[in-house]
Amino acid sequence: MHDDLNWAIGGEAGDGIASTGKIFAQALSRAGRHVFTSKDFASRIRGGYTAYKVRTSVDQVQSVVDRLDILIALTERTVDENLDELHADSIIIYDGDRTEFADFESPAEVTGLDIPLKDLAEDAGGAIMRNIVALGAVCAVADFPIENLDESLEKRFSGKGEQIIENNKQAARLGAEYVAEEFEDVTLPYELETTDEDYVLLNGDEAIGMGAIAAGCRFYAGYPITPATDVMEYLTGRIEQFGGHVVQAEDELAAINLALGAARAGARSMTATSGPGIDLMSETFGLVATSETPLVIANVMRSGPSTGMPTKQEQGDLNMMLKGGHGEIPRFVVAPTSVAECFHKTVEAFNLAEKYQLPVYVTADLSMAVTERTYPPEEFDMDAVEIERGKLVDEDEISAWQNDTEQFRPHADTADGISPRAVPGTEGGVHMSTGLEHDELGRRTEDTDVRVDQVDKRYRKVDTAREREQFDYREFGDSDADNLVVSWGSNEGTIVEALEYLDGDDDPDIRVVSVPYIYPRPDLTDEVEAADDVVVVEANATGQFADVIEHDVLERVTRINNYTGVDFKADELAAEITESLA
Amino acid sequence: MSSENVRFTDFKSDKQPTWCPGCGDFGTMNGMMKALAETGNSPDDTFVVAGIGCSGKIGTYMRSYALHGVHGRALPVGTGVKLANPDLEVMVAGGDGDGYSIGAGHFIHAVRRNVDITYVVMDNRIYGLTKGQASPTSRSDFETSTSPDGPKQPPVNPLALAMAAGGSFIAQSFSSDALRHQEIVQEAIEHDGFSLVNTFSPCVTFNDVDTYDYFRDSLVDLSEDDDYDRHDYDQAKDAILDAGKEYLGVLYQDEDSTPYSEAHGVTENMAELPDGAPDGATDLVREFY
Ligand SMILES: Cc1ncc(C[n+]2csc(CCOP(=O)(O)OP(=O)(O)O)c2C)c(N)n1
Ligand code: SF4
Ligand SMILES: [Mg+2]
Repeated sequence: MHDDLNWAIGGEAGDGIASTGKIFAQALSRAGRHVFTSKDFASRIRGGYTAYKVRTSVDQVQSVVDRLDILIALTERTVDENLDELHADSIIIYDGDRTEFADFESPAEVTGLDIPLKDLAEDAGGAIMRNIVALGAVCAVADFPIENLDESLEKRFSGKGEQIIENNKQAARLGAEYVAEEFEDVTLPYELETTDEDYVLLNGDEAIGMGAIAAGCRFYAGYPITPATDVMEYLTGRIEQFGGHVVQAEDELAAINLALGAARAGARSMTATSGPGIDLMSETFGLVATSETPLVIANVMRSGPSTGMPTKQEQGDLNMMLKGGHGEIPRFVVAPTSVAECFHKTVEAFNLAEKYQLPVYVTADLSMAVTERTYPPEEFDMDAVEIERGKLVDEDEISAWQNDTEQFRPHADTADGISPRAVPGTEGGVHMSTGLEHDELGRRTEDTDVRVDQVDKRYRKVDTAREREQFDYREFGDSDADNLVVSWGSNEGTIVEALEYLDGDDDPDIRVVSVPYIYPRPDLTDEVEAADDVVVVEANATGQFADVIEHDVLERVTRINNYTGVDFKADELAAEITESLA
Repeated sequence: MSSENVRFTDFKSDKQPTWCPGCGDFGTMNGMMKALAETGNSPDDTFVVAGIGCSGKIGTYMRSYALHGVHGRALPVGTGVKLANPDLEVMVAGGDGDGYSIGAGHFIHAVRRNVDITYVVMDNRIYGLTKGQASPTSRSDFETSTSPDGPKQPPVNPLALAMAAGGSFIAQSFSSDALRHQEIVQEAIEHDGFSLVNTFSPCVTFNDVDTYDYFRDSLVDLSEDDDYDRHDYDQAKDAILDAGKEYLGVLYQDEDSTPYSEAHGVTENMAELPDGAPDGATDLVREFY
């Protein structure tokens, strides 16, 4: 028998699949079990197959596996969709009275439990509770004390009144009793042990939202898009309690400009979106970066290009985030590698944005965004959160940053590349900024020297960050191994679990490096050179991070660059080429 | 700077405008600076957001906290500034192309939101900066480099758009009627909610139709009409939809409209932060039990 149990409920969109799954996941978490959930959903609200899967163990779980132990099938298609994952000990719970199950025969070797879910639900007070009857049945099948469901039912139906809660508890009990009475002879090989641990259960989007509030984010503007909408929905109703506000913008162009405005006014500000929204934001992204405005942009990736597969996983936007937008401008890209890291990296992103006065992408991907995972609550230690606002100057410090005509210099060309920042309302700090190339005062210029100075100054911030920050990677497996596996984003958990499948004598030894900082990033040259073979794992077709790694270790090309805005000149260029070949 | 001693020239930067001599934008800007000074604002607590166009250069020629943004997106920026710090006086300024073409989507929604900012559209019925193409407010027979026989589509009526979107302050002014322009902008600043001032700012270089003379001859100042009540929705609607006339003045004002800040309870300056997570943040973790 396995230590972990894999459970799923599947049916049509609109069948209450997600909320039922969440109730079960929460009950497990409350009972001190670790949980990892995944969702298989279509973007249509009604019709179409949808499923919610839960993997649970007393030990940490951080990936899905290709095995299903208990399945609540509300439609026959649910069985078909999961056939590959069923095995001899699998149990299917279904309602033989539901039309499409009339002649249903469970697949060979799998045990089918035909339970009148609807009838029992009606006995408890309404057909709508048939999923809860099924959950009760699962408790009996998996030897999981039914009381554990009660708290999560109370939580789910807290706004609906005592009676509804009682009815649901009753529905669960009827399901459990039915299994105990009718399937006495059936072997039920599962037992869901409980522990005294207290876990919290949350998904990546929620972790990003919570991280934002913890980091002092006060302003959020966004336009709904799967799978980033949860960030906005999480913040709505919560951020207000901390003096903040959420604006649902008319589109992503507005969203990023609203967020930019709030940031110019001095608020910690953010927007979240997915690929199509990132595309729309790219013109303003350049403005944010060149006006040196701190801004956090969460990009919760989904499958592209264009509308792509909106409810499917992909890590396809790396190039866009690293290079997107016309012209050249530094931006930071951090990529949390787990649900908890979504929290920590969001907090860090707000600090990086203000310390280096630039836009910071926090990028999660669909799997991580919608995956709920359990953690001990200490993982989200609010006392450990530190707010660092960088070179924010107040009235007393202003004069040090004024020129000889007492004008504030918001783009002062400093040794570390970072300029002072005065929030509007600060006496003596009056200044403008612009998307045009500008001088230290933030005013338009086409002077070639000033242009080059400002470009260099902006890139110098990256060098400064490399000196001052720890852009580390996370390491797993055997640190002396000959083989290196590199990962970014949500693949970390799966790779770590995959290592357990690779512990045989004939299996390769593996060192895993999981990289949460895409730009600036840790230098992996030594790691790559020390390895015999290097494998980069990512959820995309072309290997966008692999390109980055290869680029970093390859030193073949000498660069001659001209960004003055003035044409190359033949005689000068000849001299430069000669010099660079010397 | 204490606002009592503020003079309008304090709102002038040391950059000399590069607008063509005679450009309407000079007068539009002067009136804005005077209105700001007259309403007790100082450059330290004023934020100007400028669009892209000849008009957008205003952000550079005025002196205040300012952002010169990308083409068409000035309104959302101004909205964000105001929501994050309601103590700031926020002025958004840009061209007719910036506001009613590339930024038209934002225009409608900014009006609907009714955030307490003032939007001055420097309407010259042409694209000035790109050297003379048809704008959304160009007449249907106005010949330009991209419309040799005229755009052959009716111009947008920005005042009607604002009214349809539930606007609470809808006004029109003329840059060369300096006193009235200043008065109207002043009223817009004082209005509690979103204010639109569509300011005719003639382009002397690329528009030989909507000229100073044309506006001087055709504009009807509603303040001179004793029977006109700007609070009367129907009367305002008729004036705004009257295709045969060009009006000057505050065409409509709803003084009882609920500004966004009140509807949503956003009244705090969001710039100040503690050194760590805000008080009560741990409750957020508990929610996930
Ligand atoms: C995305 C984008 N498209 C096109 C342009 C080029 N462009 C600059 S200003 C402008 C039109 C300006 O017209 P208007 O807003 O009426 O301002 P005016 O110059 O007349 O004051 C255009 C098309 C641009 N800057 N950005
Ligand atoms: S081109 Fe027209 S709008 Fe632009 S500065 Fe000259 S007169 Fe003014
Ligand atoms: Mg124009």
